[in-house]
Amino acid sequence: MRQDHIISAKQLSRQDIEAVLDRAAEIAADPSAYADRHEGSLLGLLFFEPSTRTKMSFTAAMKRLGGDIVDMGTVESSSVKKGESLADTVRVVEGYADALVLRHPSEGAAQMASEFVDAPLINAGDGAGQHPTQTLLDLYTIRENAGFDDLSIGIMGDLKYGRTVHSLAHALTVFDARQHFVSPESLQLPRSVRYDLHESGAEVREHTDLDDVLSELDVLYVTRIQKERFPDESEYHEVAGEYQIDAATIREHNEDLTVMHPLPRVDEIAHDVDELDGAQYFQQAHNGVPVRMALLDMVLEESQ
Amino acid sequence: MSDDPELRVSKIRNGTVIDHIPGGQALNVLAIIGIDGTSGEEVSVAMNIPSDRLGKKDIVKVEGRELSQNEVDVLSLIAPAATINIVRNFDVAEKHRVERPSRVQGVLECPNRNCITTESEPVDSAFEVLDDGVRCEYCDTIIREDIAAHILVS
Repeated sequence: MRQDHIISAKQLSRQDIEAVLDRAAEIAADPSAYADRHEGSLLGLLFFEPSTRTKMSFTAAMKRLGGDIVDMGTVESSSVKKGESLADTVRVVEGYADALVLRHPSEGAAQMASEFVDAPLINAGDGAGQHPTQTLLDLYTIRENAGFDDLSIGIMGDLKYGRTVHSLAHALTVFDARQHFVSPESLQLPRSVRYDLHESGAEVREHTDLDDVLSELDVLYVTRIQKERFPDESEYHEVAGEYQIDAATIREHNEDLTVMHPLPRVDEIAHDVDELDGAQYFQQAHNGVPVRMALLDMVLEESQ
Repeated sequence: MSDDPELRVSKIRNGTVIDHIPGGQALNVLAIIGIDGTSGEEVSVAMNIPSDRLGKKDIVKVEGRELSQNEVDVLSLIAPAATINIVRNFDVAEKHRVERPSRVQGVLECPNRNCITTESEPVDSAFEVLDDGVRCEYCDTIIREDIAAHILVS
């Protein structure tokens, strides 16, 4: 893989993706073989937004490779509070670390930041933009459970603002996948993602009702619909209620369905789904460690 | 009186004539080149003149002013058929067609208020030019309609 920075799923070819997933599978099979691989290396964490899974799994991944992290901490406790620009912050932290991980509330933040540093920079989420490392662990989970051959995947929930959705939709265009997007009309895919899907020639369908497509899916990728996307709470409850799934529905329509979610969930996946074999969202979150280990290993290897 | 529509506005001695602007876009062209009339330039505008090629076209003449490459790039987005005549001493000294660039930098403002280029960072906006519109190189936002409304006010 020849990538200095990991900014968007759009930059990843099928070969790049499979190289990361293969390495992740090797690591998952024998983590001890990688335990001191990056001893002495430091990963700089710049999280301008709260994060649990992404930040903890990057930390775990770096430590399991024998390296360590330096963490900017919260925005409130950093010099960002004093008005420092992102461009300055990344230039400073570059001097403390061998690679950088950035999460920022503005779209395009990772792209811009990468223009100011030589150290590899990994986008860990930029506003409603992209989240390529989440996509890699999503793809790893899909490959482990359903495979990519003749894959039929439903992506449901907030497709407009969901960065994990945007990244995943882009990445799936390099595979032989039929993508079904299920959402209320007000939260359909943004114009830019539709444009890319159209340009790629991907097989894409849009639905407002999950029942239209549930029985033909191999994988259902559910995302959270956020309250703040709606003008009032009653409208939110009305809409969000239509994009939930429970165990009875799955048993009735599609027993073999693999259910995924980038987490955190609220009530879009009922807790009784957790008991089904196809409920993969916790394993999906766990896969974040070997996948991020693989990516860090390759990025650090490349930069040395 | 001549029927030549070019003569509906006066000739200029030295400056630029932008012809074959789509009808109704002349004021946007003036906005692109940063002319709002307050700084005293001599400007003539003809709007919605019958044109064989465009149906209706606008013409803008500016005395004492030649266009920069950036201005020509943005002009090409709203007036792809435009011709630019540089006039010296009442004669057309140079005649150019605009060419669509592959990208424009620092001339359009991203309409996405959450785009990093709209914050106080040391970065110019940059847009890839598509067949139908432009696309922010940072946040991917696509502008198709009314590109002129997004011209950065210098």
